[in-house]
Amino acid sequence: MKLTLKIWRQENANAKGAIQTYPIDGIEPDMSFLEMLDVLNEQLINQGDIPVVFDHDCREGICGSCSLQINGEPHGPDRLVTTCQLHMRKFNDGDTIVVEPFRAKAFPVVKDLMIDRSAFDRIQHAGGYISVNTSGNTIDANAIPVNKENADDSFAAATCIGCGACVAACKNASAMLFTSAKVSQYALLPQGQVEASERVLSMVEQMDKEGFGNCTNTGACEVECPKGISLENIARMNREYLSASLKG
Amino acid sequence: MSILDSKIPSGPLADKWTKHKNEIDLVNPANKRNIDVIIVGTGLAGGSAAATLAELGYNVKTFCYQDSPRRAHSIAAQGGINAAKNYQGDGDSAYRLFYDTVKGGDYRSREANVHRLAEVSTNIIDQCVAQGVPFAREYGGLLDNRSFGGVLVSRTFYAKGQTGQQLLLGAYSAMNRQINRGKIQSFNRHEMLDVVKVDGKARGIIARNLVTGEIERHSAHAVVLASGGYGNVFFLSTNAMGSNVTASWRAHRRGAYFANPCYTQIHPTCIPVSGDHQSKLTLMSESLRNDGRIWVPKKKEDALAIREGRLKPTQLSEEDRDYYLERRYPAFGNLVPRDVASRAAKECCDAGFGVNKTGEAVYLDFATAIERYGREKALTEKISNPSEADIYKMGAAVIENKYGNLFQMYEKIVDENPYKTPMMIYPAVHYTMGGLWVDYNLQTTVEGLYATGEANFSDHGANRLGASALMQGLADGYFVLPYTIGDYLSKDIRTGKIPTDTKEFDQAENEVKDRINKLMSGSGERSVDYYHKKLGKIMWNKCGMSRNEKDLKDAIEEISALREDFWNNVKVPGTKDTLNQELEKAGRVADFLELGELFAKDALDRRESCGGHFREESVELDGAQKGEALRDDKNFKYVSAWEYKGAPKEALLHKEELNFENIELKTRSYK
Ligand SMILES: Cc1cc2nc3c(=O)[nH]c(=O)nc-3n(C[C@H](O)[C@H](O)[C@H](O)COP(=O)(O)OP(=O)(O)OC[C@H]3O[C@@H](n4cnc5c(N)ncnc54)[C@H](O)[C@@H]3O)c2cc1C
Ligand code: SF4
Ligand code: FES
Repeated sequence: MKLTLKIWRQENANAKGAIQTYPIDGIEPDMSFLEMLDVLNEQLINQGDIPVVFDHDCREGICGSCSLQINGEPHGPDRLVTTCQLHMRKFNDGDTIVVEPFRAKAFPVVKDLMIDRSAFDRIQHAGGYISVNTSGNTIDANAIPVNKENADDSFAAATCIGCGACVAACKNASAMLFTSAKVSQYALLPQGQVEASERVLSMVEQMDKEGFGNCTNTGACEVECPKGISLENIARMNREYLSASLKG
Repeated sequence: MSILDSKIPSGPLADKWTKHKNEIDLVNPANKRNIDVIIVGTGLAGGSAAATLAELGYNVKTFCYQDSPRRAHSIAAQGGINAAKNYQGDGDSAYRLFYDTVKGGDYRSREANVHRLAEVSTNIIDQCVAQGVPFAREYGGLLDNRSFGGVLVSRTFYAKGQTGQQLLLGAYSAMNRQINRGKIQSFNRHEMLDVVKVDGKARGIIARNLVTGEIERHSAHAVVLASGGYGNVFFLSTNAMGSNVTASWRAHRRGAYFANPCYTQIHPTCIPVSGDHQSKLTLMSESLRNDGRIWVPKKKEDALAIREGRLKPTQLSEEDRDYYLERRYPAFGNLVPRDVASRAAKECCDAGFGVNKTGEAVYLDFATAIERYGREKALTEKISNPSEADIYKMGAAVIENKYGNLFQMYEKIVDENPYKTPMMIYPAVHYTMGGLWVDYNLQTTVEGLYATGEANFSDHGANRLGASALMQGLADGYFVLPYTIGDYLSKDIRTGKIPTDTKEFDQAENEVKDRINKLMSGSGERSVDYYHKKLGKIMWNKCGMSRNEKDLKDAIEEISALREDFWNNVKVPGTKDTLNQELEKAGRVADFLELGELFAKDALDRRESCGGHFREESVELDGAQKGEALRDDKNFKYVSAWEYKGAPKEALLHKEELNFENIELKTRSYK
């Protein structure tokens, strides 16, 4: 396949960025999108140019590092996959592909296609845990049975990989889907009950502080989320938040 | 006293750990506040240790090269974590887990370490559940289990195909709590490039801020390396792209012995290589072997027809298929340990029975399981006379519930529907049992320098059983290191803060900077990846699934020549004081080019076949085990621990003799 790549290049957080155009040839349908970028980078290095920076690590859709906005969509045109799992067979010979970083005020660009998502970490520092020490004397794991449905829903929420596609997809750059997935994981488990009110209040407060936008229920996040995190989590968080605020 | 003092406590096996914990010196809470610990790595091993040490009151600094601790490679573990809970009542116990692990490791691990691992395994599950890790449950609300290769009980806890993710998020949440309390400072996008020793003790590290390129000094009273495995020395592996040996290798160069570098696990069930562009390989969890049956065509002409696209696997009748694991190993069948399954696949493909374009793939077939589950479901749902289509649908739903994400991953990569046609799989490098040599306290041969998780060599001998790496990482970090490091730190309560403006830090920083300058000044002929791929080819062809003297000797020469070429001709574009991913890779590949040579040397020294290390010269010549690996306990019942002496091929071998007081050494048979 022969393609034209239009890629966002930006030297560092303070520099001004711009789109640059790179023609590329010899791309095979079995390559992943990132392997296609590897080919481009090898080409750039051999020509004496500077290769394109992008985040990636596991290359199997689980670490949440990769974060490209491809033709305007976070993680590209395929559904329920991350950028690293997107394959070139989803494109056609001759296509022009625009590649940009995820865009949001709370996710400043570090370089080229790499962004700073530490805002997500800080939301979790604020309350994304259960306060239990590692004593070795915690109660037996089977002492509290957990209804299978709740356990499964909690797991489904916990599969969020923290990639930020939900934020990039949202016209308000809201982090509600991400934050609500975290809140839900604990809210659905008996172990998470004790600190539930405090948790939701602190995490939402931090989310607002980070400069993410408000949720206006457009649902774009759910569509683009590579892990299929459901909007129900947002509804659940809103309920948790309301009841916690009333208590408080 | 030999420098390889394993410090195994005396007394009966089952009492050693308890006795040791009781005898260990403690640090009082007020003094812990004055003690700093550096932890390199935030995977299961590092994340759990960081959280626990911070809970105890130490000041912890963590380092990882990713943008968040939560993205450490442990996140990718799929299948599960072992623990001797015996919830299934199928006869499991700490002793049995211990026994299985020692046997699975082909009698090349330390009894005392493995027994401790089995003992604390049950605490791990309790701890994780208390933290809110959503493990899979049964309808009654209790935890579910599955079984993994090499064992006869169901002791594996899991969270669908994302067990590592859930466990790591658990450890990360425990870290977050301590970050919020100010007890952990987490340095992300930082790479450790050297250990700093003061008076023979590890007292800090030199790290590069990957965003600014700045070289930083960090001091502490002890340094823990939890930096993962070195499978990427093969270029293609199931490890994350950034997984590296740099932290361990830099420590090795500073005096930490490197143990058993040649013990590598080649995992039998990975998605086969599709072309030269391939950047990494994807694992299909071992748990799939619970339900999948492995086969190749019985006739070579059928295999050929399949390779050429003239025949579909589903068209082959049962009689024309060779379920070779079930045939050769009736007792364990598809659940033989990984090394055995991998070699068997290679033998089939080498003999011409491979089933994909490259001839390097076998089938993993779920048709039988789908049918069985479908029929069970029809029975429990009381559907009389279900149609074949209904059975298929119900069975496929059960499989989807168990392995949905893996099947989806396979379909995305291969573009085939594994519910309808068997998966194609082939072995790939997955895990490294070798690593930094540590004593019972997890301390390396450098005082104050500890190694945990995949970075150490300690618990898996020559072959790791499935679901045991996650167990080991969390055991080390939550339950072992927090005790043993206290014993060492108890002597440091009056030391005070370690200054970084000393000649030791100056020197280490200068060496790191010189090395970076040297990397940047290559003649610029070839990219880093060019060298990495070349090294990978040598490793795979000559130090891979089967090894022999000639190939290993060649490998040593070829790697050392490639290393020289690399240092003269590598091209690292950009500058060193900005974010530069090529420079990061170059540093890692430079270390792989040294490790690879030691790896081959170790494999050459070990003239026996054991676990993942298969020497063609050492096989059973006759009897029921004919053709199987032949271990040599008389001459090789030792851990090889290599001391750095300049060029890797000059490394000096130290042997830690292994004593088996509780387990009788036997030929490992899965027949
Ligand atoms: C695809 C896959 C599936 C697996 N499935 C299972 C399974 O089902 N069950 C099981 O038991 N095991 C499984 N394993 C093995 C298991 O996941 C690993 O052995 C284990 O997670 C390693 O954990 P760790 O904490 O030792 O290291 P890692 O999780 O690899 O963490 C390494 C850490 O070190 C950091 N680091 C490395 N070098 C540096 C440096 N120089 N400077 C700073 N930081 C550095 C990294 O940033 C990272 O934080 C699997 C492995 C793979 C590849
Ligand atoms: S909710 Fe989905 S899109 Fe958002 S961070 Fe999590 S996985 Fe990514
Ligand atoms: S690189 Fe890990 S999710 Fe894409």
